[in-house]
Amino acid sequence: MFSEPLAWLIIGLPVAAFILNGTVVRAYLKSESLVAGWITIGAVAGSFIISVAALIHVVNNGASIHEQREWITIAGLELTFGMMLDQLTAIMLVVVSGVSLLVQFYSQQYMHGDKSYVRYYSFMALFTASMLGLVTSRNIIQLFVFWELVGVSSYLLIGFWMERPSAAAAAKKAFLMTRFGDFGFLLGILYLFFVNGDFPDQNLLDIPTLYEVIGAGGIAASVATWISLGLLMGAVGKSAQFPLHSWLPDAMEGPTSVSALIHSATMVTAGVFLIARFFPLFEASNTTELVALIGAFTAVFAASMGLVANDIKRVLAYSTISQLGYMVMALGIGAYAPAIFHLFTHAFFKAGLFLGAGSVHHASGTFNMTYMGGLRKDMKWTYWTMVIGSLSLAGLFPLSGFWSKDEILTVAFERGSDDGLAIGWVVLVAGLVAAFMTAFYMFRAIYMTFHGEYKGGAEAEAEAAKANDEPEPVGLGHTHRQESPWVMVAPIGILAALAIVIGFLVNPLIDVGPINKHAFATFVTARNENVFVYEGKHGAGDNGHAEADDHGDNHSDKSHLPDAIHSGAEPHFNILVATVSSILAAGGIGLAYMMYITGQVSAANMGRRFKSAHTVLLRKFYFDELYEDRITIRFFYQRLARFLAWFDITWIDNVNVQLSKLTGNVGRGLTNVQNGQTQTYAAVMVIGFVIVLLAFLAWGA
Amino acid sequence: MTLENVLLVSGAIFAIGLYGVLSRRSAIALLMSLELMFNAVVIAAVAFSRFTPPAGLADGGVVLASDVQAALTGHVFAVIVISVAAAESALALALIFALYRERQTVEITEISELSK
Repeated sequence: MFSEPLAWLIIGLPVAAFILNGTVVRAYLKSESLVAGWITIGAVAGSFIISVAALIHVVNNGASIHEQREWITIAGLELTFGMMLDQLTAIMLVVVSGVSLLVQFYSQQYMHGDKSYVRYYSFMALFTASMLGLVTSRNIIQLFVFWELVGVSSYLLIGFWMERPSAAAAAKKAFLMTRFGDFGFLLGILYLFFVNGDFPDQNLLDIPTLYEVIGAGGIAASVATWISLGLLMGAVGKSAQFPLHSWLPDAMEGPTSVSALIHSATMVTAGVFLIARFFPLFEASNTTELVALIGAFTAVFAASMGLVANDIKRVLAYSTISQLGYMVMALGIGAYAPAIFHLFTHAFFKAGLFLGAGSVHHASGTFNMTYMGGLRKDMKWTYWTMVIGSLSLAGLFPLSGFWSKDEILTVAFERGSDDGLAIGWVVLVAGLVAAFMTAFYMFRAIYMTFHGEYKGGAEAEAEAAKANDEPEPVGLGHTHRQESPWVMVAPIGILAALAIVIGFLVNPLIDVGPINKHAFATFVTARNENVFVYEGKHGAGDNGHAEADDHGDNHSDKSHLPDAIHSGAEPHFNILVATVSSILAAGGIGLAYMMYITGQVSAANMGRRFKSAHTVLLRKFYFDELYEDRITIRFFYQRLARFLAWFDITWIDNVNVQLSKLTGNVGRGLTNVQNGQTQTYAAVMVIGFVIVLLAFLAWGA
Repeated sequence: MTLENVLLVSGAIFAIGLYGVLSRRSAIALLMSLELMFNAVVIAAVAFSRFTPPAGLADGGVVLASDVQAALTGHVFAVIVISVAAAESALALALIFALYRERQTVEITEISELSK
């Protein structure tokens, strides 16, 4: 067992930094005090060291799952929390704290002189703590709390420059759209809680217990389907998958370092983490095809929008969505280890690319690539590190992206050819198309940014805006065409170095010195008494699954899935798939070279020839229009809100108005009883007398 | 001519008077309606007196003073009612005059200050 207090310290250190920065530094020192940076860096460095220790411990001794502790106990409701350090968590811990450490280090220079420097570091510490808490959660409610906390810190950091209306709007958009997904997540939890009523002795909200119950076949496929659909909705929102993808490109309004940490390497992978965390549940459900389809569609769909974006950060954002789609589709076809492996390698090279984009912005003052160019000569380090990152993202041998992407494609190929599943072919084709597009748009970005003639940077952009009578774009900085300081370059360099070696070193095809063949995949899928009992049950005679089969409708093609979690544990390498994907990636790079360097293929001509397609891509498939104009304004404001207003006025309000009118009328009518006119009294008296008389005559005495 | 016929006339006049009292707004018309009701009562009293003689007068025997008194009771009532009605009319007309001088109206709906 890894020491539990030490494990809690992983979260505790950044929390302490957040509190210290937020209460002491911000209140008693200047708001741009450099102390805040040192505090956060120190805390995250502490977390990183403990995380590495935890990873080493888990590698040597297996998962370390600490006991549940009582959290809330009300009649009929017992919530627990606990520290769960399994293989998946250990990897996520190292990724999150490692990338966070590098980004915090980098931010010292990138955010230097910002008037809210202390606020920046407070929020970054809060985010790091929340994300670390998310991956270590043992209880699903505990996980949900941290899940929302990363959402909040993401909101705070996207809207960090809240004086810009676009940043404030982007923050709101990100918050609301992910909240939409979280609604589904919460419904899934509620349904799980409801199902828990059938298990009086067990707490299904506790993740290891849930694994056990699923392993024992205790959860029917239909139940698992509903729960996993809810969880999938949360994952789709958080990981910006189609159709909730459109918040992530807008989230680039935040500082670039925030994008590097939150919107590429860590928070957006929380959705993938969630599916991976509840992988046994997904496996027991009928949802996996949907997961694969969403991921495959998103991978191609987002990459296509990246083809035409001119903002370097947006290109990277679309690339992130696309790569997250890769991970999701990998999980959907049961390629558990390859998905986590891709998450792992992607975090490093994508964070490196974002930090590189920040470095470019430092020099040119803009993110618009049409005003860059020629920066290669001035910024050698940034150039080469970004080329390495792009090559890795494009999936070229022998960089890390090649290994992880290839694993996914190979599993897809096997699903298609060996298992004869259509979904495997779909995923394979989507993956190959996305790989081609990725290579193209990344090298388009590289060539536009670093090659050709320098086009003036922020000043040229401001002049162009003035010439066209447009408002000056927000966020333009000063241009000083030189390499960024070493504080910024060093983290990029480290990430680029990792992007080169980490894919092969961590998950090699052959034994390399002390590293065993396929160490990463073996590790992440390692059988653990507490975790993947599902597999054990399956091996013991298929009992668990046989029962699930009775409930499922289309289970006939799924008999392979119980051991799917171990897909990728064995070395996967298919020379055909690797060659095809490499050729496609090289083709993408070549096409970008021809369009943007030699000019053999004119980008402008292409844009004209495929004008309608080009416009559709530039307008992001009109999804912003669909969501904001059609759904929000036309439907919600104009139809739904109007209908509700009408209902409110004509029914809810009107009933009250009519009731009060009725009482008024009754009262006014009753005043006639006492109107002061003697004649009336006399008339009433006479009428009464006549009635009495008639009654007397009719019925007698 | 029977008692019933006379009583019908009397009742009709009473009802007309009652209707007038309840419905007319002018104090003068009200007073007149009231007179109608008085007179209906007078007619009824006289009719009862005329058509229901005391037993002593009807059997052809000795006429006692008490029998004559009994036979005239209705008539005496009528005379008293007429005189009282005359006095009452004089008083009411005086009130109406005074009212008219004060308000320039005899509409009884206009004089309802106490109820307001």
